[in-house]
Formats: sequence, C-alpha cells, structure tokens
Amino acid sequence: MKPARSVLIAGLIFLYLPLLVVLIYSFNASRLVTVWTGFSTTWYGELFADRQILAAAGNSLIVAVLSASLATVIGTSAGLAFARFGSFRGRALLTGAMAAPLVLPEVIAGISLLLLFVALEQTFDWMPGRGLTTLVIAHASFTMSYVAVIVQARLSGTDRDLEEAAADLGAKPFTVFRAITLPMLRPALVSGWLLAFILSLDDLVISSFVAGPQSTTLPMVVFSSIRLGVSPKINALATILIVITLAALAAAAWIGLSRQKRRALQP
Amino acid sequence: MTSAVRRRFVLAIPWLWVTLVLFAPLLLVLKISFATAQISVPPYSEFFARTDGVIVGIQATLANYALMFSDALYVKAYLGSVKIAAISTVIALLLGYPMAYAIARARPERRGLLLVLVMLPFWTSFLVRIYAWQTLLRPTGLINSALETLGLIDAPLRMLNTPGAVCLGIVYAYLPFMVLPLYARLEKLDPALLEAAADLGAKPWRAFLSVTLPLSLPGVLAGCLLVFIPAVGEYVIPELMGGPDTLMIGKILWTEFFNNRDWPLASAVTVILLIVLVAPIMLFQAVQARASRSP
Repeated sequence: MKPARSVLIAGLIFLYLPLLVVLIYSFNASRLVTVWTGFSTTWYGELFADRQILAAAGNSLIVAVLSASLATVIGTSAGLAFARFGSFRGRALLTGAMAAPLVLPEVIAGISLLLLFVALEQTFDWMPGRGLTTLVIAHASFTMSYVAVIVQARLSGTDRDLEEAAADLGAKPFTVFRAITLPMLRPALVSGWLLAFILSLDDLVISSFVAGPQSTTLPMVVFSSIRLGVSPKINALATILIVITLAALAAAAWIGLSRQKRRALQP
Repeated sequence: MTSAVRRRFVLAIPWLWVTLVLFAPLLLVLKISFATAQISVPPYSEFFARTDGVIVGIQATLANYALMFSDALYVKAYLGSVKIAAISTVIALLLGYPMAYAIARARPERRGLLLVLVMLPFWTSFLVRIYAWQTLLRPTGLINSALETLGLIDAPLRMLNTPGAVCLGIVYAYLPFMVLPLYARLEKLDPALLEAAADLGAKPWRAFLSVTLPLSLPGVLAGCLLVFIPAVGEYVIPELMGGPDTLMIGKILWTEFFNNRDWPLASAVTVILLIVLVAPIMLFQAVQARASRSP
C-alpha cells in the first residue's frame, strides 16, 4: 500500500512537471526558452498576431465540431446495437472493426484513408484536392470508437426496465427512444462528443495525410514549428491549450456535481 | 416499422461506416502495395492494364516486398520499433500498476479525483506534451542547465535524440492507457479475498502475488496492448525525440510516403506492419470481447 502510494505521487509529478515548465516559461521575456529573464506577455501578443496560426486554429475548430458530431451519431448507433441487440450476425466482426481504431497506429489509418480519398477522386471526381470534408471523415473514423465505448458502457450500466415499462404502456419504439433511452444516454453523449472533439483538435498524423493544401490544421502548424526548433510562441499556445482543456473539464465536472447535488436534495 | 427493420437500420450505420473508412481503405493499401511508383497523378501504376478502355490484364509486382526483405534498413526498423515499444510497455506497466493499485485502494471519495488527475494529461495536446519534454531534455534545456549550475556535470548530457528519449516519450504519452484498464480491474477486486488470504496466514506480498496479480491479469493484458500496438507504429515521438540512429518503422513509412513520394512502397511497409501487429490486435479484440460480455 505505502510503496504503491509513493509511486502514484511520483507518477503524477512525472505527468505534470513538464506541463508546468511550459506554462511558466510561456511568460518568460527572453527568446531563449530556458533562461528566465523576467515576466512578460510578449509571446501571447505575437501569437495572436500570427495569421497562419489563427487560420489553422479556425480550421481545427470547424473540423473538430463537425467530426465530433458525426462520430457521436455513428458511435451511438454502434454502442446501442452492442448493448441492446444481443447477438446478431457479424457481431464479432463489427466489434473488432469498431475497436480497431483504438489501437491501430495512426500512420496506418492515415495512409489508408488517403488512398481511399484518392480513389474516390479518381473514380467519382469527389472532393478533388481534398480539404476540410476529408479531415472531418478521417477524424470521425477513429473518434467514433471512443463514443461507442462510452455509450455501450453507459447502456450496460442501466437496466432495461424503464424502456420495457414504457413499451408495455403502449409507447411507440421511437417514443421510448426519445423519452427514455436518450435522456438516460445524455451524459454519455456529452462526454463522448467532448472526447471526440478534443481528439480531433489534437490529431496530427492522420490530418497530415488527408488534409488538402488549403486546410492546414493547428497541430500541423505547431509540428512544423517545433521541428524547426523551440519557440516561445509555442509555449504561449501550449499554455492556452492547457487552460482551455482544464476549463472545459472543470465545467463538465461542475455540471455533473451540481446535478448530483440536486438529485441528492430531492426528497 | 417492425422491430427487425429498425434493428437493421440502426446496424446499417456502423456497418456502412466501417466498410467505407476501414475495410475499403485497407484493401486499397493492399492493392497499391503491388503497384509501381511512377510520376503521375496519383503517383502509382494502374492495377488493370487497359487497351482502348478494355481491361486486358493486371499489372502487379512483388518488387516492393522484395526490396523490404533485401534491404536491411526495413528489417532493422521493424525490429527496432518492436523493441522500443516492448521496453516502453514494460516501463509503463511497472509505473502504471502501482499507480492504478494505489488509486483503487484510496478512499472511495478520492478515487474519482485521482483518476481524473491521471487522465488529464491525455486530454491536453499530445504535441504540447512531447514539446514539453524537448524543452527539458535539450542540451541547453532545463535539466542540463540545472545539473551544470549544481556542478554535477561539466558538459551537457546528450538526452534528447536518443532511443531512451523515445521510450520516455512513449511512456509519458501512453501512461493513462495503461492505468485505466488496470484500475478498472483492480477496483472490482473483492477485498474479502485479500482478507481471506490474510486470515489464512498469507503475508501481504504473498497475497498480492497469489490473489491480486492473477485476478488483475486481464487488465495487465489490455493495458499492455493499448500501449504496445500504437507505439510500434509511432511516428511523432521518434521524429521529435529520437535521433538519426533510432530506426522506427512509422518514420520510414512517413519518409517513403511524403519525402520520396513512393506510395506503393509505403503501402507495402503498411501491409507488413499490419501483419506484424495482427497477433497483438487479435489478442486485444479477444480481451475486449470478453470484457464486454462479462460486465
């Protein structure tokens, strides 16, 4: 017990120390990333003056919202089927195909999706040159797996009594879904969408394969900048990304907590 | 709508989707791995030979595969990737198991918070996390300057651009994937079993080895596969933290594709990588299937 707890503390320090360093040095006045010369917000100013980064951030946001929504629809239908349909033909194959993107190396997904889009362009002249649409499809192709896992876990944790009772009382299947299943699923849908959104915002490898010349995303800009060397501007951007994530998670946790409190206060 | 029609409709969505974005693309990779690179759009030869639009034969070559087995670079890169991924997985397990264990044994009201703390870095940008280690490990980075200020070293240590740095990056990036399935398993473990072992005179270590560890094995397996499989094909970490001597297949694939524009060879590299990963992926699927059947 004791040694395990020390490893846990050491592990958490290991996880957070590098992020803390980036955060602190984003306020460094010096261009040299490792020499502290004084507090400054210069790099934040330069960051917001960088049109290339702003355009890429815009692209990333559009793709993340659309792909997370698409992934939620597909992931939910798969999760629903796995949790409620019992055995059906090809269940094992579909389970495998839905779970594969969780572990499949990104380079494999990237090259195979690009070859798909090239083939579609050759055959149907669809999406010539590629762009945001190919990014949306490519991102949803792996984020839907996470949504499916979350939805299935949520549905397996709830019993079907309510759904069956509603059906017994004469509710049509769609009414049962809308009035019982969907509200029950809401927390899973919210966290699934949020996870898909964040994974999409973060994707570099798959995006690099399928993006068109006009659809550079934020991680692609960050990556080429990091490859050239460390830049204090990237520290500032990294800090903003960390703060946004923390704020989103805190909001999600707060909403969850207040809902629990409300429920606890109900007689 | 009858219930059978409805079921078919709900099932059609994921089936069509995985056919479009998983099965079809992988078949295309296989097809193009038999083509020849050429300067055209797209940069590979047609699969079917045509005369006046009529298919007269197929043009397939095994040259890409032959090259991969004759040039030591590729074999070395596959072996190097598996080795680095395996070492990283073991380190992640040795670090992640006690972490998951401590969380599972913490007071129930604290578990959620601790789990969030472990998962939080996973929600922040992957590139930012790798970048953070770059700033720490560089010759002019914080660790080296701290050691020099303390007088422990005279010249900066070479930490970045080494195989060790790649392992560190992989452990750092994938640690949450190790902790989560381990925790899920350890949390379900009935404490009465350990009490029974203690009552029967087992020392804590003995009880751990003969009760806790065997019961947590499915979690160990799931965690290891979640780290090992993607790590074998990792591109970003070896690119940013590895040196020219750190050969990994994800990097080779990227170079063939983007720098040499040899799509057929990159496809062949992908096919072999998939073959290397087939056994671990099947194992992962089996573990997943068992976990979803017995909640």
